[in-house]
Amino acid sequence: MALRMGQLRLRRYPIGPGMILVWVLGALGLSVAVYRWFVGLDSTTALTDGRGWGIWISFDMMSGIGLAAGAFTVAAVVYIFNLKEFYPIVRPTILTGFISYILAALTLLVDLGFPQRIWHLLIYWNIHSPLFEIGWCVMLYTAVLAMEFSPVVFDALGWKVPLKIIRRITIVLIVAGVTLSTLHQSTLGTMLTILPHRIHPLWYSGLLPVYFYLTAIAAGLGMTVFESFLSARAYGIKFNLNLLSRLAKIIPYVLGTYFVLRMGELFITGNYMYLLKGGWPAAMFIAEILGGVLYPLFCFIDPKTRENLDGIVWASVFVMGGLILNRINTTLSFFSGDFYLPAWSELAVSIGLTCLGFIMFDAAVRFLPMFPEPKPEVTKSL
Amino acid sequence: MPISRRDFLKTAGAGLGALVLPSARADAAAGPTEAADSFSMLYDTTKCVGCRACQNACKQRSNLPPEFDGDKLYDMPKDLSADTWTIIRLYKGNDGISFVKDQCMHCIEPACVSVCPVVALEKTPTGPVVYHPERCIGCRYCMAACPFGIPKAQWPEPLPLIQKCDFCADRQAQGQEPACSEVCPTGALISGKRGGMLSIAHQRIDENPMYLKHVYGETEAGGTTMLYISHIDFAKLGFPELDDRSLPDITWPYMKAVPWVVVTVATLSTAIYQFTRRREKVKAANGKKPGKEG
Repeated sequence: MALRMGQLRLRRYPIGPGMILVWVLGALGLSVAVYRWFVGLDSTTALTDGRGWGIWISFDMMSGIGLAAGAFTVAAVVYIFNLKEFYPIVRPTILTGFISYILAALTLLVDLGFPQRIWHLLIYWNIHSPLFEIGWCVMLYTAVLAMEFSPVVFDALGWKVPLKIIRRITIVLIVAGVTLSTLHQSTLGTMLTILPHRIHPLWYSGLLPVYFYLTAIAAGLGMTVFESFLSARAYGIKFNLNLLSRLAKIIPYVLGTYFVLRMGELFITGNYMYLLKGGWPAAMFIAEILGGVLYPLFCFIDPKTRENLDGIVWASVFVMGGLILNRINTTLSFFSGDFYLPAWSELAVSIGLTCLGFIMFDAAVRFLPMFPEPKPEVTKSL
Repeated sequence: MPISRRDFLKTAGAGLGALVLPSARADAAAGPTEAADSFSMLYDTTKCVGCRACQNACKQRSNLPPEFDGDKLYDMPKDLSADTWTIIRLYKGNDGISFVKDQCMHCIEPACVSVCPVVALEKTPTGPVVYHPERCIGCRYCMAACPFGIPKAQWPEPLPLIQKCDFCADRQAQGQEPACSEVCPTGALISGKRGGMLSIAHQRIDENPMYLKHVYGETEAGGTTMLYISHIDFAKLGFPELDDRSLPDITWPYMKAVPWVVVTVATLSTAIYQFTRRREKVKAANGKKPGKEG
C-alpha cells in the first residue's frame, strides 16, 4: 500500500495516543498563531509596554535555539574531529537542529509586530545591533542545516548529481555551521549585555555570551541524547547507549568550565550578596545551579550513571531543563518590568509549535530513510 | 551594585573576556558631531505649575488621540503610551510637592538606536532620536533596551508601531521650538543648544540653594539632551539611577569582535579537520589503501 518512489515512501511505524495528542495540540497552537496575525498582540498576549517580551522570546527563541546546538556540536565531532563512530546519530541530530530553527523562525513570525517585514534585515543593516547579527546567522545557518540535511532527501529520491555536489562541499558546510552557531549562540548572550538595568545581578554578566555558548553546547548534547531516546521508543530502534554515553563524556568539560566561571564571577563581583538576601531570585539561582548544572555534571562524570539508560536520559533532561530555566530566569522571571503571567494563547502557541516540531520529525522519519525499516512486532508507540 | 558590575566588566575585558574579545574599547557609537551643539531642553521642577499645556501641545502637534478620564471629560493619560509622548506627573512626599515631565531623553548615545536591527530608530546629527515606521519589524528590543522605558508599542493594533517623542525634529529643522517648550507659560521648560542649557542649569543651581547640586542627564547613560534640575531627589521623582557609561558602549566591543570570531573559529575548525584527516590517512596507509573522506 505504501507509495513507492525510491526510498521516498511512507513507512508504517505505529501511531500511538501520544502522537495523536501532539497532532491536536499542534493544530490548536497553529490556529491560535493564525488568529494572532489577524487580531494583533493585545488580546492574544499578556504583554504590556512595561513587559515587551514574554514566553515566546524566553522559551521558544532563547531556549529553543540553545537546545538546537546539538546539531553543530555533533557535526563538528563527526566531520571536524573526524570521529566517524558517531556517524549514526548525525542524521537525526541535524534534523532536530533544522526543525528547531524552523520553529524559532515561526515563533519570530508570531512574535514580531510586522512579521511580513522580516526581510528588512537584509536591506537595513545595523552592525551595532546584536539582533541584526543573530537574524543573519539564524537565516544563514537554517540554510546550512537544510543543505546538511539534503543528502537524506536526495538519497531517497535517487538524485545522484545534487547528492554528489553536497557531498563534495560537506566540510565547507560543517565549518560554516560551526562558525555561524558559535556567533549566534554567543550573541544571544551579547544581546542581553546591553540590559543591565533589566536583568537581575545574579544573571547579568559581561560573560553572558560565553555562558550562553557553553550551556547551549552542553544542553544541545543533552537534547541529542533525549531525542535518540524518544526515537528509540517511538520507532522501535535500538537506543545506542554505548555511543551516546561516549558522546556525553564531552558534557562535563563544558558544564564544568561554565560552573567554575559562573561561581568565580559570583565571588569576584560580590554578587553572592544576592544569594544571602534570599527570596525567589536566590532560590531560583540555586535551583538552576544545583539541578541544571551540578546534578547533570556529576551524572555525566560518573561512568555508572552515564552508561545506564535511566541515568543518561535523566541527566540529559536535567541539563536541558537547566538551560531553559536559565534563559527564563535571565529574560523573564527576574527581568525588571510589569507583572506578567502568560496568556493561555501564548502557552497554546508555545506548546503547539513544540508539537509541530515533533510532527515534522515524525513525518521525516516516516517518509525518509532516517532509521532502519520498521519491524511490526517490536515497535512501541510514543 | 553597578560599581561591582563595572569592575567585573573591566576584569572580564582584561582577563577571561579577552579570549572572546580581541579588541579593547568601543569608539563612541555615531552621535551628533558635537553634543554641545545638539538640540536640547531643560526642565526645572521649581518653575513647573503642572498646567499640562506642554502635554496638550504635544498631542495637537502629533495628532495623538486623547486618553479619557472616567467621565470622558478630559484627556487624562496615566502614563506615557503610544498615544501620549509626554506627560506631567505629580510627586507628593514629606519633602514637598513637585511636578515632573516625562518624555524621550534623546540620549547622546541612545541604546534604542544601537539595538534596532533594521535602523528604524535613528540619532539625527542635530540631536533628536527619530523613528522610521516603514522600517520597523516590531521586535520590541528598543523597549527593553531603553533605560528610561520610553518607546511604547501600539498594542491594540494588529500591526503595532513603536511610538515616542521625536523632539519635534521637523519643527526644529525649520528653526521652531519643540511644541511643548514653545507653550510653557512659566519657563519651566526651555529649549536651545545643549551647551547653553547646561550653563543655564549650572547657573541656577549655583545661585539658588534650593536646587540639588545635580543636573540629571548631564552624564547619565553617557549624557542625554533632555536635562533636568530639581529641588527633590531625582530617584523619588522616578528617574533611574544610571552610571556614566553609555549602554551602546557595552555591546560594541562584542559586536566589533564578530569578524575575529569568524576568522578564528573558521580557521581553527579547518585546521583541526586537516589534522584529523591527515592522521586518518596515515593510519589507513599503514593499513592498506588511503581511506575515503567523509
